[in-house]
Amino acid sequence: MQKLLNEHEVQRAFDELAKTIMAKLPSDVPLAIIGIRSRGDVLADRLVERLKAKRPKQPLFRGVLDITFYRDDLSKRKGMPLVRSTQIDFDLDDKLVLLVDDVLATGRSTRAALDALADFGRPQAIRLAVLIDRGGRELPIAADFVGAKLSVPDEASIQLCLSEVDKEDAVYLVPRDAK
Amino acid sequence: MTEQAPSFIWTKKHLVGLDELSAEEIVHILDTAESFREVSTRSIKKVPALRGKVVALLFFEDSTRTRMSFELAASRLSADTLLFTAKGSSVAKGETTLDTARNIEAMGVDIFVIRHHESGAPHHLASRINTSVVNAGDGSHEHPTQALLDIFTMRQRLGRIEGLKVAIVGDIAHSRVARSNIIGLRKLGAEVVVVGPPTLVPASISAMGCTVSHSLDEVLGEVDVLNMLRIQFERFSGNVFPSVREYSRFYGLNSERLARCKKNVLVMHPGPMNRGVEITSEVADGLNSCILQQVANGLAVRMAVLFLVSQGAE
Repeated sequence: MQKLLNEHEVQRAFDELAKTIMAKLPSDVPLAIIGIRSRGDVLADRLVERLKAKRPKQPLFRGVLDITFYRDDLSKRKGMPLVRSTQIDFDLDDKLVLLVDDVLATGRSTRAALDALADFGRPQAIRLAVLIDRGGRELPIAADFVGAKLSVPDEASIQLCLSEVDKEDAVYLVPRDAK
Repeated sequence: MTEQAPSFIWTKKHLVGLDELSAEEIVHILDTAESFREVSTRSIKKVPALRGKVVALLFFEDSTRTRMSFELAASRLSADTLLFTAKGSSVAKGETTLDTARNIEAMGVDIFVIRHHESGAPHHLASRINTSVVNAGDGSHEHPTQALLDIFTMRQRLGRIEGLKVAIVGDIAHSRVARSNIIGLRKLGAEVVVVGPPTLVPASISAMGCTVSHSLDEVLGEVDVLNMLRIQFERFSGNVFPSVREYSRFYGLNSERLARCKKNVLVMHPGPMNRGVEITSEVADGLNSCILQQVANGLAVRMAVLFLVSQGAE
């Protein structure tokens, strides 16, 4: 596997993401930071730490979303790994939701996440933050906040590793047949 | 977008009995059910996982709670449901079970949930049709989803299965619930003692890896779970015990017996209860009882089973 970003570059992308969020996201509304499993939730944790330090007064809620039940490729899959719980134990109504994912590619995960969020309530607004935008969209979806843009061939896929769950912070290029 | 390397992948297309599952597969169902339990707490208690799929409920034998539980589980997964009951149907006209299933399958069904008075009927279907088959109770063979929800509830309340000592009390000979429970609990490392009069507890049952006792009073103090089975009056042809009062005196769970149990003993009953026969109202409605929790968990467990078999390939 080819390493596209090393630890330092992943850190820089995260700093960039946090900086643009801080600059543009309103600070006077209750904010729910919801990460999509299984790396978006780790990124969401990191963002929560940042925001708590910079905006101690803003009401902050943290959630985790597992989108498996909402995927549009369920009937094409064979076999099922463990689906883990979604944890949104607060009311979404009238909150600003920052949806956090690791890599934005086709946009299908985001579509599934938006459907899932709609079942929990009616947020005031939903914004999308991704660490990496790698292109290759199949749906009309764009991120509001991006850490880094990478251009890779459509047939390849990208793997973000984060030290909390993997051994290191890094981004790898995974040839499709290796998946 | 990215996915963690999964440690275990579910591949089974049918759920006929716990006998065919590995310990790992049983735990996978329980863990998946844990995720579905959360769905029932949402304001919109529904996920689109089985959208566009059809679940046919074939009930050749009466059932209320299991049928409703499966029906609600299917609709919470956004599947459409079809209900077939033997009464007033083509079964009365002499159609075989396999023909009935094949006809319904031809309408475009994805999952069959089958309850049948004959042991082995779900297995028979699963080996002859392409649709997924889920056993909702067959004769005196197995009732896997009941055992799964019992085990799920034990794990939820007591935090583990391995090392637990579970007593199953009552009509073991006729009970598919008992059989599935014994199989599942043994696979997950629990100790099982079956309790009841010799007429209802055949000695041969010990071949399943459980111990046999004919005295409830003797086991009370040492068990973590008391699963009180229903006395199934409708299944008895001869005299298997002298009288209901006599049965109740020796094998019924009342407050006095509960007081001799471990303080946190878990009292279970698969329903429907004969209050005052195998269990008194005070115990059934008391603090140690988790009978209604079993019913609530049944929904999550059945959602997990329907979801998983729909993803199975084997």
